[in-house]
Amino acid sequence: MKSTVFWGALATIFAAGLALTGVVQNEYYYNALYLILQGTLMAVAWNVLGGFTGYVNFGSAGFFALGAYTTVALNKALGLPLPLLILVAGVVGGLVGVGLGYLTLRLKGVYFAIATLAMSIVIETLVVNWSYVGGAKGSYMLTPDTHLWFDSYIQMLFVVMLLLTLAAVAISRMLNSSRLGRGLSAIRDDEVAAECAGVPTLRLKLVSTSVMGAMMGVAGAPFPYFVTFVDPLSAFNLFIAVNAIAMPMIGGTAHWIGPVIGALLLGTTQEIVKVTISSEMNVLIVGVMLVAFITLAPQGIVGLARKLRRGRPK
Amino acid sequence: MSAELLRVTNVGKSFGGFVALDRVSLRVRAGERLGLIGPNGSGKTTLINCISGALYNDVGEIHFEGRDITRLPPYVRARAGIARSFQIPKPFRSLTVLENLQVPLEYAARGRAGARRATDEALEMLELVGLRERAHEDSAGLTQVDMRKLELARAMAAKPRLLISDEAMAGLSSTEVDEVLGILRRLNDAGITVVMIEHIMYAVMRFSERVICLDAGQIICEGTPESIVQDAGVQRAYLGA
Ligand SMILES: Nc1ncnc2c1ncn2[C@@H]1O[C@H](COP(=O)(O)OP(=O)(O)OP(=O)(O)O)[C@@H](O)[C@H]1O
Ligand SMILES: [Mg+2]
Repeated sequence: MKSTVFWGALATIFAAGLALTGVVQNEYYYNALYLILQGTLMAVAWNVLGGFTGYVNFGSAGFFALGAYTTVALNKALGLPLPLLILVAGVVGGLVGVGLGYLTLRLKGVYFAIATLAMSIVIETLVVNWSYVGGAKGSYMLTPDTHLWFDSYIQMLFVVMLLLTLAAVAISRMLNSSRLGRGLSAIRDDEVAAECAGVPTLRLKLVSTSVMGAMMGVAGAPFPYFVTFVDPLSAFNLFIAVNAIAMPMIGGTAHWIGPVIGALLLGTTQEIVKVTISSEMNVLIVGVMLVAFITLAPQGIVGLARKLRRGRPK
Repeated sequence: MSAELLRVTNVGKSFGGFVALDRVSLRVRAGERLGLIGPNGSGKTTLINCISGALYNDVGEIHFEGRDITRLPPYVRARAGIARSFQIPKPFRSLTVLENLQVPLEYAARGRAGARRATDEALEMLELVGLRERAHEDSAGLTQVDMRKLELARAMAAKPRLLISDEAMAGLSSTEVDEVLGILRRLNDAGITVVMIEHIMYAVMRFSERVICLDAGQIICEGTPESIVQDAGVQRAYLGA
């Protein structure tokens, strides 16, 4: 995709989001859109490490909760405004990401994946035992009175999430189609060959894990304001981690647009199912879609589209 | 006598209890064409792995252009000018043939060029090894022979001072062997030092100025191609005579 087209599209989507808040009042829609965007942001983040670099992360919920609890703690301690909370959550997520990056020195493949899961569980245990942020009981967040020029706080949260997601997509695209992106692909394909071709694999993996961690931390930061009551069960929700993997897998992990397509498709389906059937059905839907795609289109929708285009007679 | 480019001193490497390299020492002059031979499992690839940093040697030192590189990570050595091909091809499977060359061009080659230049140079190198037509195909779909050619092209794309080719010619037809010999010869004429590991004797004899023979992790003989074939030890160990 050409750069001008890409930035034009981002600007248009953002403008459309702003325009929407002037037209639609019903808070339900903003709830649903917020969740779809949160899923997209998480999927884009997961894909930076899992898709571009080839390190599968099962611990996404841990990074997300890190962001959410950064908000809870700093809101309680210092009463920081939302933009600052998002920033700090990004830094915290990024730093833990760096730690995860050093793990790649020793752990590869399935062992790395298990380590990420273990890390998420460790973070959860810490939070459960940290009474300042509510421990296992959880804690309430007061919705601030100010919401700029928007009609309601949720409208503002939606616009904030839209902005964050678009920024993440732009970063992901930049990582994917650049010298850095080729370096990450080389690491994914063969780390020894990558090193011997001059790629500083550790440095690039640290970039990848910290960008992933920062994006997930950012994704979790507004969450306490969104749900108004956070406990470990909601912040470390398995569903968050599963979606973060399933969405890129369904969309396709090799290209930056893959996780976006997967997240929009799966996220929208989930929101529709939630109202028309029940939210319990969602777990089933993700499972079925994931299995279907892994068996029928292991390269995801992007891979499928590529194959179809190539197969067409010229 | 031109300057020394590579010095390997008492390098040893074991896997578990198995000694793959037993205190190997050798020197390579700048601009030299060196052949490295030895029977299967004699430690040729292991030696290359230690020189390129894919493996770290247990004992001994390696100097490149006078600098101790023994503990440096592979990417630093690649940037310093050491490039190698892999005996068992390791293409970047999700990248196209062209992109496979862009990686070393962008990361290892000195005086990094712009993206446009990198593409042009990559295409030139593919032309040399006869993969120009396949530039935009996925490298995973190449035949084994083409993957070998890609290995060589990718090593060339690092614009090395020292190029080590690990059995780049296995499986090639005799015309193709001559082509690859021609390419290596031209690189050498352009000032690149070449170490060639090869089982195809004809290629080693025609190409090398000097030949080193490894057996069971030790250098058993070193000399001109003519003297090597005369050597009794080499005949016993390598030629099976
Ligand atoms: N990573 C490794 N782990 C364990 N053993 C190894 C490893 N790499 C090599 N070896 C062993 O070391 C010995 C030397 O292997 P090497 O690959 O260096 O031989 P070679 O001279 O390149 O042989 P060939 O001509 O077959 O390529 C072999 O016995 C091999 O099995
Ligand atoms: Mg070998």
